[in-house]
Amino acid sequence: MRISPDQFVVFEFSFEGVGTIPVNATIVFTWVVMALLVVGAKLVTMRISSQLVPSGAQNFLEVLIEGLNNQIHEVSQQRSAPYLAFIGTLFLFIATSNLLAIVPGFTPPTGSLSTTTALALCVLIAVPIFGISRRGVLAYARNYLRPTPLMLPFNIISEISRTIALAIRLYGNVMSGTVVVAILIGIVPFFFPILLQLLGLLTGMIQAYIFAVLATVYIASATAPRAGENATVGAAQSTSPGSREE
Amino acid sequence: MTDIGMIGAVSIVVAGLTIAIGSIAPALGEARAAAQALQAIAQQPDEANTITRTLFVSLAMIESTAIYCFVVTMILIFANPFWEAVLKRAGG
Repeated sequence: MRISPDQFVVFEFSFEGVGTIPVNATIVFTWVVMALLVVGAKLVTMRISSQLVPSGAQNFLEVLIEGLNNQIHEVSQQRSAPYLAFIGTLFLFIATSNLLAIVPGFTPPTGSLSTTTALALCVLIAVPIFGISRRGVLAYARNYLRPTPLMLPFNIISEISRTIALAIRLYGNVMSGTVVVAILIGIVPFFFPILLQLLGLLTGMIQAYIFAVLATVYIASATAPRAGENATVGAAQSTSPGSREE
Repeated sequence: MTDIGMIGAVSIVVAGLTIAIGSIAPALGEARAAAQALQAIAQQPDEANTITRTLFVSLAMIESTAIYCFVVTMILIFANPFWEAVLKRAGG
């Protein structure tokens, strides 16, 4: 049984004298999702209008962007504009590829450890970039020496381990959905696998949301003015009456 | 027992044990988190949004330990590196 779409080679580019480049299902479906997102967004924004009643598709995109903005603001307690592009892209890509899992023949690219590792590495790199651009190199580097310089190795280990956890969590959830359905089709066909596919849609959406929220929390904890604070603590207090009036 | 039979038997037994033991603690943890969140929502319905969001994130964090066990199980059964090494040596 294939537990990763990496093992399924769709076709190969061959160059004379140089060798071949195998193109596997992960790459193909990643490009399918990317094309879908880019072309869809382009088609809608070409006919964008500022009328009182926007078209259905434009309305959908506006709701999406506003929802993302609100969520990022509530979780990070900061202005959402600088983070919208990065977090929004992560969320949309993961959510689309997980939701397309119900299309027959489509294997979600997020069910491959290579894709999720790439996404997690993006977060690993984005955290210091946002942190340094917001607070400067020295202030950001001092983050690693808190609460005492003795904690330096542990801070570095936590940075690495949370990246690995981010990758394995998404991979495990999506892969388990595909594998369990494949096993059940062999044992009890027809009805039961459909129920589990529905459950898979729900988990896929929640995992996309969680990936985005965790990325936001990591970035927010690196950019927050007072370092060392746990960002989720700030998020928990976000809906106190005072902060809602902002 | 031959090498291949040994590796197969040990892999299957350990895979079963991994997922069995590894799902106990996350199940207890998730149940406790959900119960606490329900209680909190019952006491403060106004904060339901924040509580639900934090609940989902923490459920995912708790669940990831079970997912790690599941990934190890899948590797042991379907992509066992030792199994493949022995097969390659026997074949070559």
